[in-house]
Amino acid sequence: MHRRTLLALALFTGLTAPSMALAADDTIKIGLLATFEGPFTVLGEDGERGAMTAVAETNGSVAGKKIEIVKGSSDASPDSAVRAARKLVEQDGVKVLVGPLSGDEGLAVKDYAKTKPDVTFINGTSAAQDTTLRNPAENFFRFSTDGAQWMAGLGTYAFKDKGYKKVATVAEDYSFPYTQVFGFMAEFCKAGGHVPSKSWVPIGNKDFSSVIAAIPEDVDAIYVALGGADAVNFLTQYQQAGGTAPLIGGSITVDQTVLTSKGKLRDVLKGTPSAGPTADTNDAPAWKAFVDAYKKQPGAFPSPSLFAHGYYVNMKATLLALDQVGGDVSDGGKKLREALSKLSFDTPTGKVSLDKNRNAIADIFLTEVTEGSDGNLLNKLVKVVPQVNQTLGIPEDEFMKLGAVNRDNPSCP
Amino acid sequence: MSLATIADGVVPQQNWLDKIGAGHVILGTALLLYPLVGSDFFLTQIAGYSMIFGVLSLSLMLLAGYGGMLSLAQITVAGIAAYAVAILGSNNSNVLGFGWPWWIVVPFAVAAAAVSSALIGWISVRTEGIYTLMITLAIATATFYFAQQNYAIFNGHSGYAGIHAPVFWGIDWRDPKPFYYLCLGLAILSYAAVLYGSRSTFGMTLQAIRDNPRRMRALGYHVTAHKVFAWFLAGILAGLAGVLLVWFNGRVSPGTIGVDVAIDILIIAVIGGLRHPIGPFVGAIVVILMQTFAIDIVGAERFNTLIGLVFLAIVFVSPDGILGLWGRIKPHLAQESLRAGP
Repeated sequence: MHRRTLLALALFTGLTAPSMALAADDTIKIGLLATFEGPFTVLGEDGERGAMTAVAETNGSVAGKKIEIVKGSSDASPDSAVRAARKLVEQDGVKVLVGPLSGDEGLAVKDYAKTKPDVTFINGTSAAQDTTLRNPAENFFRFSTDGAQWMAGLGTYAFKDKGYKKVATVAEDYSFPYTQVFGFMAEFCKAGGHVPSKSWVPIGNKDFSSVIAAIPEDVDAIYVALGGADAVNFLTQYQQAGGTAPLIGGSITVDQTVLTSKGKLRDVLKGTPSAGPTADTNDAPAWKAFVDAYKKQPGAFPSPSLFAHGYYVNMKATLLALDQVGGDVSDGGKKLREALSKLSFDTPTGKVSLDKNRNAIADIFLTEVTEGSDGNLLNKLVKVVPQVNQTLGIPEDEFMKLGAVNRDNPSCP
Repeated sequence: MSLATIADGVVPQQNWLDKIGAGHVILGTALLLYPLVGSDFFLTQIAGYSMIFGVLSLSLMLLAGYGGMLSLAQITVAGIAAYAVAILGSNNSNVLGFGWPWWIVVPFAVAAAAVSSALIGWISVRTEGIYTLMITLAIATATFYFAQQNYAIFNGHSGYAGIHAPVFWGIDWRDPKPFYYLCLGLAILSYAAVLYGSRSTFGMTLQAIRDNPRRMRALGYHVTAHKVFAWFLAGILAGLAGVLLVWFNGRVSPGTIGVDVAIDILIIAVIGGLRHPIGPFVGAIVVILMQTFAIDIVGAERFNTLIGLVFLAIVFVSPDGILGLWGRIKPHLAQESLRAGP
């Protein structure tokens, strides 16, 4: 009889340890949700550096209260993001949560936010359009812009300045690259360009031979929206297959994680135009100060990635708003959300304010890959597109008629 | 030791307490009363989730422990049920969603899972040992990628969201307490069913086939049919767990049925121990607790290392999992037989 009885007792005691640790009055808990596991681990860690840079700027306290960061980890799948968010909110009792990092995660966390109206959610870097555009949550804020906004100016630049008339696209198969392709094509098609072929590949794809074979021979350029290892694999294989078409890069295709890779890839990448919320050669003093502050974080890259930037901006906004309300979230965060909605502040990349859907209006940087003086590849700033809003300057009702982003929308073959 | 006596075939006069086992009564009472002390988070995210994964691993334990067939496709089977709930019921992803009531959807989903499980079994019973593992891994991986890239049925990478647990008898079954009891009900039923089934004629035959298929074939048993039927039964358990899983998450996407989850199921079964149906539940609690709280212990950078080390330590100390560990400690506590249950 002993065995079962003791087993039962062991189970029982193990499960009756609900540790509902409540924050003391002089600390304020902020949840930080990022991808600390899975294919985007490196990006998630850089996001954390960005967020911690913002915390370090206020010396780890806001409105006289000590900031306590509680971290949650996801693996870029929507399920894991919701699970981690639930743990932070329901077990650790955070009232303010910054995150997540990836597109589909953002859509899932937005849905979860609707079930927790007393908790304030501020985005990390997730950049799917419909996180805020369609069916938004009242308590979800995005001070970083979305993937279509990041493309502002690129379509026109490719058509007019580069003279590309026909472009094929290769992108990963989920909501963020859809949004990026949408942003690029919205301008490119409007200017008169054509996109005869769109290839969607799963995240973590290794063999791109069938994708490369499917690219039409007569295209002027290839628009590539792949991240990290996927970008390196595709570009290497494309070059080995004898491909010569020039490239146009998505926001995370030509960032430092890809540009620092070795090999002949470097020659292919030179001169690739791209656009995004940051530019490596930005001369603005605010950006330079941010880069210096960022570099104090352990394990920092030579230049902050857009993930560090996005998490920094969102965490900074959170801290500014918390400061305005004196760190008081005892009213279910109502005052905090009011402060956040009205917040407008200067980031390292220019002024940021929110629209009525709580999505950011901010400056976007048009860049081109060049070789720096030390031989490293850099994104050289070509042009700043000022204050891009979520509808890309198109009137809202007209923009909504373009439909929700997906594999087939937009289309201009 | 009530169970041991039954297994030994010595059936003395029993009162009901002996029949069920005092340990079961205490454990059951404790679990029934747990909502009085447990927070909502612990009720659903830890206890409910553990029981769902416990039932999933139980379906693996049934196949591996009694049938000698190690499968990595249990989460795939659960995923089929979960996707069926999303497709036949209602979702807010604007893809399919027939809006059938739950009492039609659930039997359909579980039946679909059980039939697919039987099909997977039918393919894989031709193999043995590591080859079964390989073929079920192949099936799990193929299904994952198919779900990820198919938009007409599976809605691609984002999958289905906005799936709600049913509301009837005036109760929203996704509220923490009702959901806990729902999971508990399923866990107890499946546990009892497997325990009972293992001592039934079919269960004994299956174990005999595991130990010596050639002899059983010579005795006139249809080995393949028995094995496929075991897959079918495991499919029912996995399917039920899949239905609860989709109600729990409110969503299903390829990430739900990924290879990492398939391996989690295997880890749960191995950590818990494959010798007794309680093993998967013990394993599930340990694994879920570790996955939830490891990040608080060692921080975001290395928490997966800690999880791995703990699992390694358990398997190193006791190859039979936590149940095996218990089997070793027990003789020091009481003068009882080392044999565990069936």
